[in-house]
Amino acid sequence: MTKALAYFLAAAAATTFLASGAAAQETVRLTGAGATFPYPIYSKWMSEYHNLHPNVEINYQSIGSGGGIRQFTDHTVDFGATDGPMTDSAVAAVQGNVYHIPTVLGADVPTYNIPGVTAKLRFTPEVLAGIFLGQITKWNDSRITAINPGVDLPDQDIVVAHRSDGSGTTYIWTDYLSKVSPEWAQRVGKATSVNWPVGLGGKGNEGVANIVKQTPGALGYVELIYAVQNSINYGLVQNKSGNYVNASLETATLAATGAVAALDRNTDFRISITNPDGAQAYPIASFTWLLIPKQMTDATKARTLLEFVWWATHQGQQYNEALAYARLPARVVQLEEERLKSITVNGTAVLPRNYHGQ
Amino acid sequence: MTDLPAAVLEPEIAPRSTAEERWRALRTVSRGDLIFRVVLTVLACLLPLLLLLIAVELVSEAMPAARRFGLSFLTTSVWDPVRGQFGALPLIFGTLYSSVVALAIAVPLALGCAIFLTEFAPRWLRYPVATLIELLAAVPSVIYGLWGIFVLIPLLRDHLWPVVRPVLGHVPIFSGVFYGPSVLAAGVILSVMILPYIAAVSREVLLAVPADQREAGLALGATRWETVWHVVLPYGRAGIMGAVILGLGRALGETMAVTMVIGNRHEVSASLLQPGYTIAAAIANEFSEAVSDMHLSSLFLVGAVLFLITIIVNALARVLVWRVARGSAVGSTAI
Amino acid sequence: MRGRLARRLIGSTMTGATYGAAALAILPLAAIFAMLLVKGAGSIDLNFFIRSAVPVGEPGGGFAHAIVGTLIIVGMACVIGVPIGVATGIFLAEFGGGRFGFGVRFVADVLNGVPSIVIGIFAWTWLVKPMGHFSALAGGFALGIILVPIVARTTEEMVRLVPNSLREAALALGYQRWRATLQVVVRSAAAGIVTGCLVAVARVAGETAPLLFTALGNQFFSTRLQGPMAALPLQIYVYASGPYDEWHRQAWAGALVLIVLVLALSLIARAVVRAKRQHA
Repeated sequence: MTKALAYFLAAAAATTFLASGAAAQETVRLTGAGATFPYPIYSKWMSEYHNLHPNVEINYQSIGSGGGIRQFTDHTVDFGATDGPMTDSAVAAVQGNVYHIPTVLGADVPTYNIPGVTAKLRFTPEVLAGIFLGQITKWNDSRITAINPGVDLPDQDIVVAHRSDGSGTTYIWTDYLSKVSPEWAQRVGKATSVNWPVGLGGKGNEGVANIVKQTPGALGYVELIYAVQNSINYGLVQNKSGNYVNASLETATLAATGAVAALDRNTDFRISITNPDGAQAYPIASFTWLLIPKQMTDATKARTLLEFVWWATHQGQQYNEALAYARLPARVVQLEEERLKSITVNGTAVLPRNYHGQ
Repeated sequence: MTDLPAAVLEPEIAPRSTAEERWRALRTVSRGDLIFRVVLTVLACLLPLLLLLIAVELVSEAMPAARRFGLSFLTTSVWDPVRGQFGALPLIFGTLYSSVVALAIAVPLALGCAIFLTEFAPRWLRYPVATLIELLAAVPSVIYGLWGIFVLIPLLRDHLWPVVRPVLGHVPIFSGVFYGPSVLAAGVILSVMILPYIAAVSREVLLAVPADQREAGLALGATRWETVWHVVLPYGRAGIMGAVILGLGRALGETMAVTMVIGNRHEVSASLLQPGYTIAAAIANEFSEAVSDMHLSSLFLVGAVLFLITIIVNALARVLVWRVARGSAVGSTAI
Repeated sequence: MRGRLARRLIGSTMTGATYGAAALAILPLAAIFAMLLVKGAGSIDLNFFIRSAVPVGEPGGGFAHAIVGTLIIVGMACVIGVPIGVATGIFLAEFGGGRFGFGVRFVADVLNGVPSIVIGIFAWTWLVKPMGHFSALAGGFALGIILVPIVARTTEEMVRLVPNSLREAALALGYQRWRATLQVVVRSAAAGIVTGCLVAVARVAGETAPLLFTALGNQFFSTRLQGPMAALPLQIYVYASGPYDEWHRQAWAGALVLIVLVLALSLIARAVVRAKRQHA
């Protein structure tokens, strides 16, 4: 019996090897890894692209922004993805051989679970910073009730929920808090992973959403799509112009437009669009980027990747809204086209000068 | 082995006369055994080699953080990636605390199950129940985590705690407000996860206790329970110890389920109801995203600390087994 | 000396307590299984088994790529881990009395305590980074490393439980030591060894962390060992951590399938061992 089993296993292994070898000729396979936030839209794009080009398989897995940067640096993936841009030292570690290509826009929202309260609460930057610094501890604190007249807030502890894993979502949130609260900037700072003064840590956006859903009195920050899909209440945030803005695709794009208008032609796209100018701009929004080498080594893979990224930033954007991702502003797409055309393999540009998509 | 007379080693019908031939025959007999022993030894060397490689990698990556923080790494609680300041005391404390809670719950339950399956269960019930208990090991830790979030934590926080609080609320290990994610929740989930290992191995150990031992106990007038408690269990002490160590190993290193229910807070607290953090959970949460070299190195260092804890715990347990198992017969050569 | 009544009372109470322990142990399993059935059974249809992932919003997606991926990766882990583990276990039981045996046993216990994510990082350093890409091979290797110490220790315990009289009888009949060990001792411990292997395989089949950095995961169906491959626990984790209800339902369904798969493996192996026993 064991002999038969052994023969069977050997046969199975042999067939697998043979089969895999035979099929590998025509398919072009690319692997990318990184940020979790854009995973739904990336996997949608890659599926659609595969339908259009059946011999192209682009596999993207979400292991986290830092993971994406690290795997990209270690050359174990063809491209990386991150919600928080690479620092200067990280760029230096790859000898500058990286382009940050924005793909979509996202927004962080403050979600909450207060028994008996269904209204959309308003938050000012000071209130948010105060809560996350542990200075405002009850929902019926005067600073919160003052900006939410007409809402009956209970005498309930605020249970702060934050990310326990390092993430771009945290980067966006702390970037914003650092801009609006000098105390936060000095005490905590901005990064994908920080030393939180208070709160429970949840793993992933879903982890935070779960804590908020399951804990009465909780307040946490998540990407917009997670609040919408989990049907948890999220609040309005006061922007630089003083308006209370609801996070949505339009307000996120508006946040980018303001920052983008001032973009230099040679920008490397590592820009922060939190707390921007703009009457209806949502203050806690951000780009998410693909990390692509400036000089690649494999011509076929390079061509395939660049054609895909071109498609994603043009035709692919039509799929954004259904999945609650905001489109890229036109100027960003324009500038990206130039970047993509300048990527080379062995000195020669991969895309032809007059390339304009498929 | 070599003490046995040649006549046993190679039973012959026609006795060979020369010593030379018998010597040759002896050597031929031992060659197969030699190969057998060599092959097994070589294969068994792979484990220490593996451990060495892992240790070397952990230590070499951890050196920068070790040099920077020294012993303060083990005694401070601040974990600040922005400033590059790392102290692992809450991680170490949480790992040990949650594992102790898990063992405290799992060991009696698992032993109870093992005894149930070997002594008291009706014959038709044994196989299904044993299979079900072993199936607990098959549930992926992610699912345990989700179950913990959606079922266990609300159960503990909203139904069990309000009932128990008047009685236990004053005890220090139950102090503070109970939000849900806590060391207690992690301990309970861990106990469910390690129970099948302890129960499965204990059951095999108890099954191996010879029937005549039980019969002797009963013949002397002991009740069935007394036989179990005073005869069977002591007989299988060492093996059961081994089972507990196996379970402890799992508890110390469990990642996914723990991180989903423990609250992930870098804080030391005596209370079971407060959030905490474990080393494995911290590594899982932060490793793939750690961008700065010092952060990465600190994670490797805390991983090396866990390594060290595992070694110390196992060494202590070995000493315990040696002390305890000197009298028992089953598994006594396991020392 | 306690009175007879007291002793019988204690006896009955403790007997009842063991019944209670067994019930309490099974309770979480029943609860989880019920939760999986309620949340996941509705999503299991033929598509689940024959189709791979589809984008959000499209119906008819499945876990075929993950199911096949798990079978391949766990299969590889067994090929790597079981022979080494069983061999080490036999070594420990038969020749493990000395200092070297003590050392190996200790090492196995320590390795059991190493978090699976550390094993994954180790496999990444030694297989993924040098090769320059993620692969199912690295995943199988990582899971195999986790398998070895568990299988080794349980095999050792089971072989050790075989009474010495059996060994001596085999030797008395003229068997060489290696034949006595393999054909008599190990064979009679086979059922226990299989149990140990199954518990180890069950654990390994549900591991997510080590696969994160080795097999990585793949939304496409793949049987290539040299490239990234999907696996059930990975796919469950990704979908459970996503925002969409439809992903959550598929995650529950995936978990249900995983448990049923492991249960099936377990039952088949037990049946095989039982059949062998009846022949022998």
